Amino acid sequence: MLTTRVIPCLDVEDGRVVKGTQFKRIRDAGDPAELAAMYNSQGADEIIFLDIGATYRNRKTMVDVVEKVSRLVFIPLTVGGGIRSIEDIRTLLNAGADKISVCSAAMKDPSLLSKGAEIFGSQCIVLSVDAKRTGANWHCYVKGGREDTGVDALEWAVEGERLGAGEILLNSIDKDGTQSGYDLELTKKVSEKVNIPVIASGGAGSLDHVVDAVHTGKADAVLLASLLHYKTYSVLDIKQYLREKGVRVR
Amino acid sequence: MIGIVDYGAGNLHSVQKAFSYLGKSSAILRNPSELSGIGKLVLPGVGSFGHAMREIQNRNWHGPLMDWLIADRPFLGICLGMQLLFEGSSESPDVCGFSVMDGICRKFTENKVPQIGWNDIIIKKEGPFFGGVQSGDYFYFVHSYHVVPEKKDVILAETFYGSLYTSIAGKGRVFGVQFHPEKSGDKGLMLLKNWEERC
Repeated sequence: MLTTRVIPCLDVEDGRVVKGTQFKRIRDAGDPAELAAMYNSQGADEIIFLDIGATYRNRKTMVDVVEKVSRLVFIPLTVGGGIRSIEDIRTLLNAGADKISVCSAAMKDPSLLSKGAEIFGSQCIVLSVDAKRTGANWHCYVKGGREDTGVDALEWAVEGERLGAGEILLNSIDKDGTQSGYDLELTKKVSEKVNIPVIASGGAGSLDHVVDAVHTGKADAVLLASLLHYKTYSVLDIKQYLREKGVRVR
Repeated sequence: MIGIVDYGAGNLHSVQKAFSYLGKSSAILRNPSELSGIGKLVLPGVGSFGHAMREIQNRNWHGPLMDWLIADRPFLGICLGMQLLFEGSSESPDVCGFSVMDGICRKFTENKVPQIGWNDIIIKKEGPFFGGVQSGDYFYFVHSYHVVPEKKDVILAETFYGSLYTSIAGKGRVFGVQFHPEKSGDKGLMLLKNWEERC
């Protein structure tokens, strides 16, 4: 049976992981390759690298990171953050990324999704939706959560699927960084509305939050940042807990 | 030497990186003239059935690959590369596959499409390909279509997604895997190693 994926997310700037300094048994907590290898050995199902710098130099360093990690770690690698063009996608895929996550650029030019899917296949195009509650609904935000586009998040997710996205990376801006749990209502609504996998992101602060994202939120995968970086949980711990609570994991 | 067929579809580097990690030398073949000295062939692939077969034709790979398969030389089709070993696909009804095995490919209907993630296999027919790999081991899948073999004897392993389907097929020295062994961690690497050394 298909299992729920547990996906560590690493924020990368200038070739260094900028979160997560509390690792034991790691010589260099800032080295993306070493961290990726550690998560892989713990049973991570996939790894997402989020490029949080936006400079040209930074982009080039990200390509080097992907190139290096893909020689050592043989699980799917996703890269997101600041991807603007088909050329950006091509460069990262050629370097060894398996999937590319696009957010602001797809909102500005939706053909990036359809062209990307046509050229490289839907399986490697992930639509990242940054959603913030606005009244009874959720709006899509861009530019790292700073700008309200006024576009309904559910409608955009559906449109993204139609255009060719193979997965939705759903990030709750309200919950992000709060460690108060995923936005379960948002996750469930999007997951039931689209026929492609939804990765829940933003808000995980306890093991039960992760279970809730799957059972209540109907997420197909969970993205984890703080819970892994600042707490003492390993991917192994999280999977063990999920298993105990009846969630199928690898 | 392992040859990885490049017909313009998808990321071949990850397959090459996996072999290189295993200490096996492989070459990405851009045209059939590079086949000399190649003992084993890998056909990766993403995208649509029809588009892939057309690209294989356009790049003059069709004849050489057909000859290779008819001669029953060592071959591994990955993902779409597995599906192309069958007669056709409901994805591209007017396009013929290599027809090494009887049957066609059909789209999943019961669950979310594509299936993305780690799923386990149930081995139906043991062989050297599986050395160290067991039923219940997980592999990474990304696909919307799956093969439906006409004859049971080519089914080496099955996987459940809404219903049971064939995730590994084989006939003679020709193998096809629906998942991505190059992205399936240690077990995936083990299958690639088994294939290279024992099949």
